[in-house]
Amino acid sequence: MSLRTFGNRVGRIEDPALLTGKGRFIDDIKWPELAHAAFVRSPFGHAAITAIDTSAALEVPGVFAVYTAADFAPLLKIDRLIVGLPSPAYRQDVNRPVLAKDEVVHVGEPVAIVIAKNRYIAEDAAALVNVDYEILPAIGDARAALEKASPTVHRGAPHNLLAEFDVAYGDVARAFAGAPHVFRETLWQHRGGGHSLECRGAVARYDANEERLTLFSSTQTPHTAMRLLCDMLGWDEHRVRVITPDVGGGFGPKLIFYPEDVAVPLAAILLQRPVKWVEDRREHFVATTQERDQFWDVEIAVDSEARILGVRGTLIHEHGAYTARGVNLPYESAQTVTLAYEVPAYHLGVKLALTNKVPVTPVRGAGQPQGAFAMERLLDRVARELRIDRAEVRRRNLVAAEKMPYAKPLKSRGGMQVVLDSGNYPEMQRMVLDAVGWDDFRARQLAARASGRYIGLGLANFVKGTGRGPFEPVTVRLGPSGKIHIMTGAAAMGQSTKTMLAQIVADQFGGAMDNIVVTAGDTAVIPMGMGGFNSRQAVMAGSSAHLAAVKLREKTIAIGAKLLNVSIDELDIDAGFVHVRARPKIAASLGDIARSVAGIPGLALPGGIAPGLETSEAFVRDEMAFANGAGAAEVEVDTETGEVVIRKFVIAHDCGRVINPMIVDGQIIGAAAHGIGNALFEWMGFDADCQPITATLADYILITSTETPHIEVLHMESPSPLNPLGVKGVGECGVMPSAPAIMSAIEDALSPFGVKITRTPIMPSEILAAIHAARREKLRADPL
Amino acid sequence: MATTKTLRVNGKAVTATVDDPATPLLYVLRNDAGLHGPRFGCGLGQCGSCTVHINGEPVRSCTRPLSSVGARDEIVTLEGLGTKEKPHKLQTAFIEEQAVQCGYCINGMIMQAAAFLKKNPKPSVPEIKTAMQNNLCRCGTHMRIVRAIKRASEA
Ligand code: FES
Ligand code: FES
Repeated sequence: MSLRTFGNRVGRIEDPALLTGKGRFIDDIKWPELAHAAFVRSPFGHAAITAIDTSAALEVPGVFAVYTAADFAPLLKIDRLIVGLPSPAYRQDVNRPVLAKDEVVHVGEPVAIVIAKNRYIAEDAAALVNVDYEILPAIGDARAALEKASPTVHRGAPHNLLAEFDVAYGDVARAFAGAPHVFRETLWQHRGGGHSLECRGAVARYDANEERLTLFSSTQTPHTAMRLLCDMLGWDEHRVRVITPDVGGGFGPKLIFYPEDVAVPLAAILLQRPVKWVEDRREHFVATTQERDQFWDVEIAVDSEARILGVRGTLIHEHGAYTARGVNLPYESAQTVTLAYEVPAYHLGVKLALTNKVPVTPVRGAGQPQGAFAMERLLDRVARELRIDRAEVRRRNLVAAEKMPYAKPLKSRGGMQVVLDSGNYPEMQRMVLDAVGWDDFRARQLAARASGRYIGLGLANFVKGTGRGPFEPVTVRLGPSGKIHIMTGAAAMGQSTKTMLAQIVADQFGGAMDNIVVTAGDTAVIPMGMGGFNSRQAVMAGSSAHLAAVKLREKTIAIGAKLLNVSIDELDIDAGFVHVRARPKIAASLGDIARSVAGIPGLALPGGIAPGLETSEAFVRDEMAFANGAGAAEVEVDTETGEVVIRKFVIAHDCGRVINPMIVDGQIIGAAAHGIGNALFEWMGFDADCQPITATLADYILITSTETPHIEVLHMESPSPLNPLGVKGVGECGVMPSAPAIMSAIEDALSPFGVKITRTPIMPSEILAAIHAARREKLRADPL
Repeated sequence: MATTKTLRVNGKAVTATVDDPATPLLYVLRNDAGLHGPRFGCGLGQCGSCTVHINGEPVRSCTRPLSSVGARDEIVTLEGLGTKEKPHKLQTAFIEEQAVQCGYCINGMIMQAAAFLKKNPKPSVPEIKTAMQNNLCRCGTHMRIVRAIKRASEA
């Protein structure tokens, strides 16, 4: 059988609609009688609610209702969003309420919901809801929050330690005790929000005749949302349907289940009328989860040849005010640190600190970029101190290709052994160095310096866990229309999921993409699903789709053989027909084949064939497929303004077999752009009272066309042995090397000043400050 | 006080009734005219996803009050630019370069680019980048968008 779509630059099936304004995003969902919601949100980082007066809001013409926690209470069997992934590491449970009852713990926390004829009126009325607050001390710094004397984020809580755990193996104490060299770095790593261009939204309708609730939500995890809604309402699953429409970017925060996903349906139930809420950008800044601060204190022990003996340290991770996902984010950070390298002993003590800010949950990369950043900064330090080329230090320590599959003495969050399944890490580094011109760079750098320009080159390797299990079911159905329908719980959020699945299935049916319809993210079409996160859709849903399509093809051909009176191995599928390979005129259309098993009263099915043409598969895999790669950046730093321009950016990537090169490159480049933004522009700032100070897209800077460099992508395809397609995830990988490579390059550019960078992001003013600090340091050390 | 106003959108008359004459044009286009090309990204003129043309000029409809638009102004949205069957050359180029990921910014990108190409039919790459620098795309497709605009300019 020929592979006609898999591996090719197939055009996206999503594009024609999206390009002509025919996409159907959450704000495009409409129903008759639709009412519109606006939320009353906490203006304080921490306060007690002493009274809520809704009377003035209710008097506004066009307002249908104002609901508070008290109104929702009778409908809820469980009144908190219990969403934390299980872990023994928790030291306290802080689950979110739907609406705050007597205490608010971050700016933006929802307190009441106003429903009106239109959003305008709803917002005006929301401003009239009178909430009496008694301001309480707010704590925003994760390190300070863990101090004994710190006020608590939640009134009456024993402390602000949400969870703690160690990720460790080997004898670290011994590794350090005998080490010829030990270097220590204190790092601040900050990543901001997801900032999908489309904000979140929820549109709900309760049908009293059917006693069923339908929720459209811009969620990456519709099945989880359905299950949680059922749990909270105490309903069984058939009464709730959750649909994810087109999603205008996910990037992590949309995988979370939110209070608004409950409040809007509850309002629809109480009001007996459909209700719509679409987040505005200000709300996205205060109510949608973010990533924020991590404080690392790490040291590395090496021998005199720069071979790593051990890595150890501590990580304080800011968790925000509630648990909206769990301990996974810092766990991934901790687990990623040593992945690409041979590190005999490792110990990272991790503490999660509550703060009075919107909860922290994964953004594209989910903590793994921070782990890679910590390691790469340490390796740069080793190179500098031992005066060995940065690439050479890495080369000596990367896991060698011959060692694959390589078992790390690490356990995943689920307790599974971490095994690097495939790849050639040193070769990836070499590819990147060649492409960026590493070896002859010194000469260029010196020449530039001679003319007063500061250019620098930086490098970073990464290994990224992808394809989070355990499964993602896919159903493939061939109907009497002759169309093939793919149904999956995997959610499309702009990463071409539908095209990817269609390509995999089309491969089994002669390659006709236009014959395929994909429904992703609708709990009514498939009972189970996990959704989109952790670069998992191609690996998990893709594998299921492949297995289901192979089976469906077999059955289709078997029926064709009966109908055409030929043997199975004479047949092939092409252009909507099953035909005899040698005599293509002898053929049956896919529609006729489907019809022959759809059942006609009284007529027998073709010899011994089971009814219908539908197969469902759920490929199960607990181990993760580890993608890997390397990135290099050449930068120029303006020492007068502190501005950094990226002159070159190369990324080499191994995601196993490539399903669609155009899509893969798009994902890598998009994620790299995100990573560049994290390194140079994005900062979610709060003042001492935990008030956000960067809550517009004018203050919170996203990378645009003028700052995005040309990004060169190189490929290696080491098929993963862990799934039938040999694929690994790709959606988040581009983020991984961006910040460490850029920091390394900036440091290299500014090496004449001796500038050291121990943070991300770094903005022009901080680069200038670093230059001045380094100058002062030099003067002190070496006063003329 | 409700006011009713008739606009010309994509060559057709559209009547809208709003409570507040300061209602942004974006809401009228989406809610009253039922057009889903222009999209809400920020509401503050900072992202570009709501861009439409008024008399050929790119305008951020989220900050343009309805009261400032006259009955004779020609409003064009993405829907008026091209269709699946008869796409604008930018739409074709965006498909060929596979510039779209989630597609949310694409309305603004195409509308901005279409107005720009009218003024500057043969732009250089740096000119394209500058023309597009205030249009945000979180999927990070800027490189391909620039290439698609270049391609359309050569078509
Ligand atoms: S929605 Fe108009 S510029 Fe962002
Ligand atoms: S394609 Fe998603 S925001 Fe541009």
